[in-house]
Amino acid sequence: MNFIKILDALSNKDLLSKAGTRRDSFNQFKKLGSTVALASIPFGLAATSSKSKAATKAMAGPMGTNSNTDVLNFALTLEYLERSYYQQGLDAAGLIPSADQTVFATISKHEDAHVEFLLAALGDAAIEEPVFDFTGAPGGLNLNPFGDYPTFLALAQGFEDTGVRAYKGQAGALANDNDLLQYALQIHSVEARHASKVRRMRDEKGWITQSQNTLPEAFAGIYGGATPESNKMQGGVDLSGMFGAFGGDDGLTEAFDEPLTMDEVLAIGGVFIVS
Amino acid sequence: MKNELLKTQEVNEGVNKRRQFLKLSGMVVIGSGLMMACSSDDDGMEPQPEIFDLGSGNLGILNYAYALEQLEAAFYTKVLDGAYWAGAAAKEKKILEDVYNHEVIHREFFKTAITSVAPNAIVPPLEFNFSSVDFSSRDSVLGTSKILEDTGVKAYNGAGKLIDVSDAAGKVYLTLAGKIVSVEARHASAIRDLINPGSMDFAGDDILIGLNGTAKAFDKAAEPADVLAEVGATGFVVTPFAANNLPTA
Repeated sequence: MNFIKILDALSNKDLLSKAGTRRDSFNQFKKLGSTVALASIPFGLAATSSKSKAATKAMAGPMGTNSNTDVLNFALTLEYLERSYYQQGLDAAGLIPSADQTVFATISKHEDAHVEFLLAALGDAAIEEPVFDFTGAPGGLNLNPFGDYPTFLALAQGFEDTGVRAYKGQAGALANDNDLLQYALQIHSVEARHASKVRRMRDEKGWITQSQNTLPEAFAGIYGGATPESNKMQGGVDLSGMFGAFGGDDGLTEAFDEPLTMDEVLAIGGVFIVS
Repeated sequence: MKNELLKTQEVNEGVNKRRQFLKLSGMVVIGSGLMMACSSDDDGMEPQPEIFDLGSGNLGILNYAYALEQLEAAFYTKVLDGAYWAGAAAKEKKILEDVYNHEVIHREFFKTAITSVAPNAIVPPLEFNFSSVDFSSRDSVLGTSKILEDTGVKAYNGAGKLIDVSDAAGKVYLTLAGKIVSVEARHASAIRDLINPGSMDFAGDDILIGLNGTAKAFDKAAEPADVLAEVGATGFVVTPFAANNLPTA
């Protein structure tokens, strides 16, 4: 087995050069949010992915500051979303039980700081905060996260797990800038700490088994994607069946988190973005 | 900064020459075995014992990760053999059993991966000594677990930029580091919450830092030399190994 050769086949070129297409993250969110009907998200995703792959092939080129700006604005959009969500949750009288206030005040404080940091890093290039609708109406949903605590917790889990996967998916794109890469990693693992905590508040494990989850069916994409959480290939090696004494394939999939592509994240986030 | 361990050894008289050499050359050597290896070395005439070096470039980083995963896996193996775990509440037991499984899987994954690219340059199986941990004590076990998981997080966060992504394999290594570090962070969060349930400790101000003046909301990112110095200071590592050729930027 030639590890390097196998690794070659796995390389994430699409992701790397996708940033070079210089598309505006915010517009993608808007477009997907308003045009993709919820039930058709998986198909909508597939179409978007193959389109952007074709575009990427035509436009493959070296990465520059613009692509990094795109990635940072993509991250900023996610952080805006999380910041707004937790702020509204904390402001909703009677929503969060007193025993859980500390946890969400802590997470909220972190998302505030992430927004502040990204705004400073982007300067004039920073996008403005979108208008969010956490009922999910832009995606055809009718949720009540600020009036129903279990829904609030469920969406919080979804946003945190999406955040982890989103940052992970951009590591390669930021690899041309050591500082940015490291900053992104420093946020990424904090999102994972949040995710673990919120998942455990919902009686899920802190880690993700296969692609299992207890979120509404509409959010299956958070654990799916081109490299789903149930992925058992690591570094080009199929590890399935190798860890029978150590949790088996469930343990294997728990031991590795998986990335989402930018498009996959945009489809998830778009459900909550009005404009 | 990197010579916590070596400094400790300075106290030990009669091992001066080699010590000074090690210090001056900025070597990072981990493992209490070093002291024993050197203590028969007073006359300075015996050949230096061969100490495994993690290597350079991406191989060095993979070996570094493998060494850390060996440490974690060995620790949780002892945890699951201990009286605290045997008597813990079912949920808590399951969390630690899961973490054990994940760390063993990480260790075996690195072993397989490194062996396939550099069978003659892989870190050997390391020996550990956890006699300073009381495996019948919840506080001792969870306190050690917290340190190891937080260390794993900042180690991977700091190693990311050291991975050379100029070839396809390097990009895969970076992605793999990302796939693992978030699981270490999930562990750290759960363990910290077991220690202090419902508090902010899952992502607490005691471990996070601010960046450019923000509130504390970012994990640390530590250089290998600093991580290894801390690991060395725990006294857990018996088999000595060196890290003199790891990338630093």
